[in-house]
Amino acid sequence: MNALALDPVLVGRARELAVRAAQPVVDLARRHTTVSVERAVLRLAGLTGADPVTGSGDGEGTDGEGGATDRVPWVNRVVDVVGEQVGLDRGVALPVWHAICSGAAPDLPALAASVGAGTARFTLPTGADAERARAAARDAVAAGMARIDANRRRREQLVAALGDPPRRPWIYLIVATGDIHEDIPQAQAAARAGADVIAVIRSTGQSLLDFVPEGATRTGYAGTYATGENFRLMRAALDQVSGELGRYVRLTNYASGLCMPEIAVLAGLERLDMMLNDAMYGILFRDINPRRTFVDQRFSRMVHARAGIVINTGEDNYLTTADAVDAAHTVTVSQLLNEALAREAGLADWQLGLGHAFEIDPDLPDSFRLELAHAMLARSLFPDAPLKWMPPTKHMTGDVFRGYLLDGFFNLAGALTGQGILLVGMMTEAVVTPWLSDRDLALRNVRYVLDAAGGLVEDFAPPAGGFIDRRAHTVLTEAVALLQRIAEHPQGLIQAIADGTFGTTRRPPDGGRGLDGVVALDPDACNPALELLEEEVVARA
Amino acid sequence: MPENGHSGHEGRDVRSTVRPYGDTTGDGMVQVSFTLPVPPGPRAEGAAAQLAAKMGLAPALVVHSSGIGAGFTFFVVYGSVRHLVDLDAVQVAERAYPLLSPSQVDAAVRAGLRRKLVVLGACIGTDAHTVGIDAILNVKGFAGEKGLEHHREMAVTNLGAQVAVPALVARARAERADAVLVSQVVTQRDAHLRNTRELAAAFRQAMGEDRPLLVVGGPRFDPAMAAELGVDKVFGRGTTPGEVASYLVHALIPDGAP
Repeated sequence: MNALALDPVLVGRARELAVRAAQPVVDLARRHTTVSVERAVLRLAGLTGADPVTGSGDGEGTDGEGGATDRVPWVNRVVDVVGEQVGLDRGVALPVWHAICSGAAPDLPALAASVGAGTARFTLPTGADAERARAAARDAVAAGMARIDANRRRREQLVAALGDPPRRPWIYLIVATGDIHEDIPQAQAAARAGADVIAVIRSTGQSLLDFVPEGATRTGYAGTYATGENFRLMRAALDQVSGELGRYVRLTNYASGLCMPEIAVLAGLERLDMMLNDAMYGILFRDINPRRTFVDQRFSRMVHARAGIVINTGEDNYLTTADAVDAAHTVTVSQLLNEALAREAGLADWQLGLGHAFEIDPDLPDSFRLELAHAMLARSLFPDAPLKWMPPTKHMTGDVFRGYLLDGFFNLAGALTGQGILLVGMMTEAVVTPWLSDRDLALRNVRYVLDAAGGLVEDFAPPAGGFIDRRAHTVLTEAVALLQRIAEHPQGLIQAIADGTFGTTRRPPDGGRGLDGVVALDPDACNPALELLEEEVVARA
Repeated sequence: MPENGHSGHEGRDVRSTVRPYGDTTGDGMVQVSFTLPVPPGPRAEGAAAQLAAKMGLAPALVVHSSGIGAGFTFFVVYGSVRHLVDLDAVQVAERAYPLLSPSQVDAAVRAGLRRKLVVLGACIGTDAHTVGIDAILNVKGFAGEKGLEHHREMAVTNLGAQVAVPALVARARAERADAVLVSQVVTQRDAHLRNTRELAAAFRQAMGEDRPLLVVGGPRFDPAMAAELGVDKVFGRGTTPGEVASYLVHALIPDGAP
């Protein structure tokens, strides 16, 4: 692969500024916990199950949609009740395992049942009691961690036995019917037709639910709920088809929204392979509170690091709201910030599926050369990251013939610039949810381009001082200038987001959803999951 | 909507009957593609030709077929349709207001108001389902369109779920809202209608003629009910942010359309 010869001083400066801009975020994350982080601890300790809602006023539901979102998971009940009785500033682990160790309940499910019955009474242990609770909590959480570790080893074995996809970029296809039992045959068909990675889109609005639905679900809207059971069913189906095809087919879902930490844990427990996980997406696009997002995100990324999961970041979204030429440097800035935050959380470079997209107006002269310049910049700046290349959406107009051509050029740019993961573009983007034939035609397009021109990655070396090289340098220079402005904010990234630096939206630190689930930590707080994960990060560093 | 037969030739061309145009006037040529749940082969091609004939294509030429998986075949068919288009009988359903692009909306607000258009959104009553209001307001948007938050010329606040009507009135007054958007999903015992009437009455009582534009939406609303409910506009299922933004310009900005 021929990388651009980027100015090493400028690259060094960019990384240094990104780390500086991200530092206040890391400090904030270390000083706080959230309801979802605490629920993730209970999930690691094996707590599952949900109760029907009774008489809580907002459980009326809408006709025909009962089920998936009308049941409160036990992890939510336990964390809520611990919060009410003793607060969450020391974490949920100490009071919960103190209750178990002192005989209030034989085990965690029984304790959860007593919470459901309204009979549980939590207290904060001190002295030897606290040490006993801490050790018991650690043992319980270590069991979940061991399952995540075993899944990582299992993935490595399957990849060794079956093999990776035969070439890069890996072909990434989306399924989204709302019904896990419809998704499964579609995903299997997509894999047989050539998909290397299957992503199951989530039901509209799941990112704003402050709980993870339970069980297999059939009633999602424009997507299927992310649940532990849905993850398990789909992974098993893809294992079956992987064996049949002789290559390991990867599974992707979304660790984003209000339940990032829990979904990350479920992904690790059920051997998902990739997870969408962006530093700022939820804040900017879903108006989720910035503090909540950053605390949740650090924990979720530590879990992904441990699980050997590749994260996919969401920079493509910036280009759907801003001009892809004018805002090209915001993509670079976000990639650098995502990298800084991911490395701090223990993710290795091979786990960073940094996003970018083919969204320049095709009517602009030299639009394809500009796309190549931006793609080459990302490739050269992050040589060891499996970049995620996203197809055109903004300029897909309903003219499906033009769209098919545009997708062909998108595929060519992906091949020429050595992208790692290629999300297959549909010519019916913005028209219908993809038909069977749309997916088939899209895969034919990808196959033609990769078969015909995949090897061009060896020959394609834009000359120093040429159009592509100069454009990449310009974007990097603009990115460094923006990073400088962010790093100079007293609260770094947090204040920059409040000032509307990204996109047109201002997101103050105290605004948005989920702030009431953020709790400042007491110095004596105990989070056995974080302890185990941090040992891992230290051990690898 | 200009594509429905109203071409620039109208003045000169008095024919009111036309057929599709391939390369010769009146040849009637069209091209269609579709998939049948039939394995590829001669039988599948015959099935495609049969469908094309029933669609009015004669003669029909199945120019391409390819299998998708084991049980499906994709076809491209060319043929001449028998049908005639009577231009005099074309009816164009017109929206009472033009659909504007996001930049047209911003330009209209800039030129017409010379300040930001202030929009408040909420779910009222006990309704906790914010999916609707979020789809219209959040940057994330709906159906490929960004939400109203994305407009530079709009100041949008999404108050979220379970907002009490008096609190919404107070907030609208304090922020000098131009428009209040309310989403109602829960319809048990017609809660959505009851809540909407309560909303309209509260604004009328508190602010009279100076009340903001009241817009409600939800999957079970009948868009024809606005007057009966005492609000300015009702949006039903499938409404996109662009439709709402275009309506706000139409209703709030004199000569707002570009």
